Amino acid sequence: MSLDLPLIWAGLIATAVLLYVLLDGFDLGVGILFPLARSPADRDVMMNSIAPVWDGNETWLVLGGGGLFAAFPLAYAVIMPALYLPVYMMLGALILRGVAFEFRLHGRRRGKAFWTGAFAFGSLAATFSQGLILGGFIQGVKVENNAFAGGAFDWLTPYTLLVACGLVAGYALLGATWLVLKSQDELHGDARRWAWIAAFLTAVLLGLVSIATLVSHPQVAERWGVAAGAVDWGYFAPRAVIPLLGAAGLGVIAYGLAKRSHPLPFVGAALVFLSGYFGLAVGFAPFVVPYALTFRDAASADNALGLMLAGVAILLPVILGYTVWVYWLFRGKVTPDAGYH
Amino acid sequence: MDLEALLLARLQFAFTIGWHIIFPSFTIGLASFLAVLEGAWLVTKRDVFKTLYLFWVKIFALSFGMGVVSGVVMSYQFGANWSVFATQTGPVLGPLLGFEVLTAFFLEASFLGVMLFGWKKVGPGLHFAATALVAGGTLVSAFWILSANSWMQFPTGFGHDASGRMVALDWLQVIFSPTFPSRFAHMVLAAYLTTSLVVGAASAWALLKRPDQPESRLALRMAIGMFAVVAPLQLVVGDISGDVAARYQPSKLAAIEAFWETKAGQAFHIVAWPDRQAETNRWEVSIPKLGSLIVAKDANAEVKGLKAFAKEDRPPVGLVFWAFRVMVGLGLLMIALGFWGAWLWWRGGGPERSRTYLRFAVAMGPAGFVAVIAGWMVAEIGRQPWVVFGVMRTASAASPVHAGTVSASLLMFLAVYAIVFSVGALYILRLIAQGPAAVAAEPALAGPRAPGSALAAAPDADAGLVSRESDR
Ligand code: HDD
Ligand code: HEM
Ligand code: HEM
Repeated sequence: MSLDLPLIWAGLIATAVLLYVLLDGFDLGVGILFPLARSPADRDVMMNSIAPVWDGNETWLVLGGGGLFAAFPLAYAVIMPALYLPVYMMLGALILRGVAFEFRLHGRRRGKAFWTGAFAFGSLAATFSQGLILGGFIQGVKVENNAFAGGAFDWLTPYTLLVACGLVAGYALLGATWLVLKSQDELHGDARRWAWIAAFLTAVLLGLVSIATLVSHPQVAERWGVAAGAVDWGYFAPRAVIPLLGAAGLGVIAYGLAKRSHPLPFVGAALVFLSGYFGLAVGFAPFVVPYALTFRDAASADNALGLMLAGVAILLPVILGYTVWVYWLFRGKVTPDAGYH
Repeated sequence: MDLEALLLARLQFAFTIGWHIIFPSFTIGLASFLAVLEGAWLVTKRDVFKTLYLFWVKIFALSFGMGVVSGVVMSYQFGANWSVFATQTGPVLGPLLGFEVLTAFFLEASFLGVMLFGWKKVGPGLHFAATALVAGGTLVSAFWILSANSWMQFPTGFGHDASGRMVALDWLQVIFSPTFPSRFAHMVLAAYLTTSLVVGAASAWALLKRPDQPESRLALRMAIGMFAVVAPLQLVVGDISGDVAARYQPSKLAAIEAFWETKAGQAFHIVAWPDRQAETNRWEVSIPKLGSLIVAKDANAEVKGLKAFAKEDRPPVGLVFWAFRVMVGLGLLMIALGFWGAWLWWRGGGPERSRTYLRFAVAMGPAGFVAVIAGWMVAEIGRQPWVVFGVMRTASAASPVHAGTVSASLLMFLAVYAIVFSVGALYILRLIAQGPAAVAAEPALAGPRAPGSALAAAPDADAGLVSRESDR
């Protein structure tokens, strides 16, 4: 029996990206909410709630990029030039927010204020860029002779801007529900309010993005069974589970917030992201470079995939193990009188 | 791909990797130093070790953060700017970088959290384990990335598949290509030297102001021990690197030594002005036969000169030649620093008695960084015009991206790195200026905040809690 290595790797990369989105999503979301905090003390708590884990979370992004290079080099080599500007915007923004964790503690008056701003701006800009990347990806990339053949601004369309706004709302939702879980007192109350607002915005924007996708990208609409405005119900029905999952996620958030549950809203937000993620998967399943290269076209040599699979089989459980342990170690509420550390 | 875009992409790569390597050269050594300090503290229970740990861990946190964010940039750059390279070499190099993420980056990143914020959450043994794992992670990371780089310097164990891209035939030959062992040893020693130079300079600085600080006296001695042992060792390993280059990349070696003619008994040029157009050195100060002696260990051996290679296969000469001399010159100064310090120490009285020595140690603080960057210029520019030596030219490796687009990203990096670097350097120097005793004695440490937490790193007046108003 031989393993279908490209398929396994497609699944692994997809999982890495999903984990990245969920984990760094709440980090970036906390940064997006930074300007809304009432006091510097609240901001300290917000930052402390993610400081021990953000680096590990961002490593999933490195695995996404490195893994793509390793498993689907052709896809990596087409997508990066195609989305060149937003990718570098994201990296620049991640630099600002990444160093802000340490720099903000060392800054004196103006310095501290500057890095507070840099943290918020970096988080927002990184998220927005990721949204542009996602939108540009769904939109499809022009490929000739296995290389990117489009222009520098192909990714910039009203559609991608809409997706980017959607992602900002979504990450803010993840961040707010994370804070509901980790904070107390006044900040906890604020976080609940932010979660309500972000959930509402996410729902609206997710709906708009879905409609825009179906309308402006017939290839995607076809895969949902809603080609040319007519719905093929038999085809659509099994896929309807996905939007239902999203709706259920929103329901869990609303229920959790109303019942004053601390963990439930975060679970709900994760469900919403899961639904969005599966929705994307339906839209371009075998493609790694939408509508041009499938994961088989782009796959690396079998011996490379095999070698890495052996490595992953051993290492991934270990990584997940200590990641869970670190989260467990830092569980519980973050209090302002840093007894927390 | 137009030439201007190629040039900009090369500039950007050189700038971003040159910026990135500053931090690994420091954090690899510092992580090991911290592990040693914490281990020594656990065993001896002497407070000096703890004070030193608490001091350097703050500087470590700052530099590690800058290392991480600049590294993430690197891992996207291969695809964005060097897409042909990425497609062609992905099946060979991809797994090496993949393993770097899986074996090193996750380890470093996860246990860094425990190291910086877990002081009160885990016991001392487990905390020490976290420090040691971070230190181990930095070394594993260096292993994989240098393995990838060494394969590019002299590719072995690969073939081409039907579509023309490179595939691995023998993984062991890919991972352990012939230039890897010496490069790995040379880089790790370079990192240890860089760190001890910074530690030595910071301690010497503190002792110049107040000679009676036990922490700084101890740290200076630890640093001197490193210079005295590691700097001479680096000379030996560097000599081996030179032999390896002579064997596998003779064009690089010819550029390093500015040899033009192939002949027996090459002279060693102490300084020279190589001219690529005229294919000769405009002037030179040389020692007869020493060149052959150093390179081949035989004063009369024949060594290849640049003219033995087609013009389009020759690396730039001047930069490689001069970068090499900067590196070796600094290396010799480091040896001097080590021996002098050891002598002062051994003679009794201690190195802190000699203000001249302390000033010398302060001046040598940045020498490691300069030597590392010079060394990488030798290695990488000496590899040109190839990106994968003998197989793929740099000019054919670039992405189909236009010059304007590349300038945009390059400008962005120039701006962001200028801010981040100057502020980071300021904060680190400010901590160094306060010195270990002052930083460790901050009231913040006595309070509810754990020592070693990043919050405790803040000068007290600015610590999050105290300075709420200053955050506006
Ligand atoms: C000799 C060692 C060395 C060299 C040559 C490089 N790096 Fe590096 N890198 C490290 C040693 C290191 C490290 C010691 O592991 C770092 C530095 C500080 C740190 O935070 O980890 C790191 C961080 C770091 C990170 C962030 C890891 C994280 O998220 O924790 C990435 C993605 C890279 N590097 C990628 C690269 C790439 C693609 C390079 C080549 C072009 C490269 N590095 C050269
Ligand atoms: C960390 C230390 C390193 C430094 C300081 C460094 C420095 C440089 C410099 C200065 C160049 C430009 C040479 C020129 O264009 O004339 C270059 C090129 C290059 N290096 Fe490195 N390098 C380092 C490590 C690596 C590693 C580990 C890899 C790969 C695994 C790598 C891959 C490349 C590639 C692909 C190029 C071609 C692009 C170009 O020519 O600019 N480098 N490097
Ligand atoms: C003291 C005598 C030294 C000698 C003879 C020497 C020799 C060399 C040679 C021949 C290379 C090129 C290797 C290649 O590309 O194949 C090299 C590279 C390098 N050197 Fe040195 N070196 C010395 C000192 C130092 C010092 C003191 C440092 C830093 C603290 C340093 C850091 C580096 C680095 C980072 C590289 C690039 C990585 C590599 O290719 O190994 N070197 N050195």
